[in-house]
Amino acid sequence: MIFDYRVITEHLDDIAQGFTVTLGTWSAGVVLGLFLGLLIAVAQLFGNNLIRAPLRAFIEVIRSTPFLVQLFLVYYGGPSFGLSLDPVPAGILGLGIYGSVYFAEIFRTGFESVARGQLEAADCLGITRWQCILRIQLPQMLVIILPALVNLVTILCKETAVLSIITIPELTMVMTGIGSQTFAFVETLLVLCIGYLLLVEFCSRLGMYLETRVGRFMSRQPQ
Amino acid sequence: MNIQQRPLPPIVPKQGDPMKTPEPLPGDSQPMVRLHNVGKSFGALRVLKGIDLQVRHSEVVCLIGPSGSGKSTLLRSMAFLEEYDEGEIHIEGQLLGYVPDNGKGRKRAAQAQINQVRRNIGMVFQQFNLWPHMTALGNVSEALLRVRKLSSAEARQRALAMLDKVGLAHKADVYPIQLSGGQQQRVAIARALAMEPHIMLFDEPTSALDPELVGEVLQVMKTLAREGMTMVVVTHEMGFAAQVADSVVFLDQGQVVAQGTPQQIFHNTEHPRLQQFLQNYLDRNAFWQDNKEASPV
Repeated sequence: MIFDYRVITEHLDDIAQGFTVTLGTWSAGVVLGLFLGLLIAVAQLFGNNLIRAPLRAFIEVIRSTPFLVQLFLVYYGGPSFGLSLDPVPAGILGLGIYGSVYFAEIFRTGFESVARGQLEAADCLGITRWQCILRIQLPQMLVIILPALVNLVTILCKETAVLSIITIPELTMVMTGIGSQTFAFVETLLVLCIGYLLLVEFCSRLGMYLETRVGRFMSRQPQ
Repeated sequence: MNIQQRPLPPIVPKQGDPMKTPEPLPGDSQPMVRLHNVGKSFGALRVLKGIDLQVRHSEVVCLIGPSGSGKSTLLRSMAFLEEYDEGEIHIEGQLLGYVPDNGKGRKRAAQAQINQVRRNIGMVFQQFNLWPHMTALGNVSEALLRVRKLSSAEARQRALAMLDKVGLAHKADVYPIQLSGGQQQRVAIARALAMEPHIMLFDEPTSALDPELVGEVLQVMKTLAREGMTMVVVTHEMGFAAQVADSVVFLDQGQVVAQGTPQQIFHNTEHPRLQQFLQNYLDRNAFWQDNKEASPV
């Protein structure tokens, strides 16, 4: 196998730019997904049926259609609903919506993992439901759901490759572009894989670090 | 620790604070807790069948009875953790949990109103129900900060004083998992006491503890009773009930079967179901019989 590293060095600027776009859309999509997911989970747990039924339907629709199709709908179908977005905002919105339903399911199991008795104790002391979510449920469930959250975040990282189809110049688009110009497919695709590997590796290490941090109270050893 | 000698700073209610502590009612004029014909069903199962009960100021009432008799449900109803569906529960003269629904019976009150009626009730659970992600101090000061809106310095001082009262000031910065069961339950008692309740409810507070750790929790409860706290205690500790209770209530199948002083309940009872219950208790706890040889069996 011949590895022509010049293909990479000559396009280093483009590659760096693609990498930045991937990182940016990924993080923005994750933040949006986490936020929407938490909202959905809270509304599902504490809302009435008028709120719950449409949310349930929304979750089912998003979960049972391909991300690619959803993204097409947001970007190319959006203008028909009066939603004309540039590629990058459309991509972030699509990624956020797609992630939100999975995040919501993770949050839901998290809420259910906190023992009922703890909520009764809070209730008896006059602590409100919102205070209870923020101070008692969220901090505890984070420990339990963190591995699942990190897992989903890494999946979303790789889903950003799909954003290339709505003309976002992210890493996959840049690398395949270079590949088709130079026919150096091996070099470009290899670097593409390394790019995602770096991002995911960073994400899992951050997750492992956070797991040891947030789980401190579970340890019987005095700190 | 000099915090021990200083009198506790009273919680000064802010203007218009719905959680403000009202003046205690004078003497025996009105019962602290009054239950009238309280009933509760879980589906087809009727667990409480028309319970009448009154708890006066500074009185210690122990609820005893076999499992499934409804004693825990009754106690939990007094904190509105169970929505009783018949009868009335009045806490210091106020109806708990319900408001009249213009002519159509009654409906569940708004959460703020429920909290307002039960603001003077402290609850202690069988499983402690501490928040594991907060230290002992954090557990005690949480409601002081979020509900009473004390400053963090005031809340800390008050929480430390409460932990000191249950003998655990030195464990303030320790997480619940690092405490023994008895210590956890004492933190839970301190957490409830920090809100200056007028009435303390205990739901089998020692049932989840190793036998060796039961004493330390009962000791704290005895101190509270001596200080004049109004208490309702669901318990299997007959010794505690005999020593501390002013009144013992025996429940069976959702009804009050017998009620009286410990003397009346434990010595002079003529009720067959109660006699059987107490005999079972004695048999279970007897590990040495002097007349074993003489026994015909």
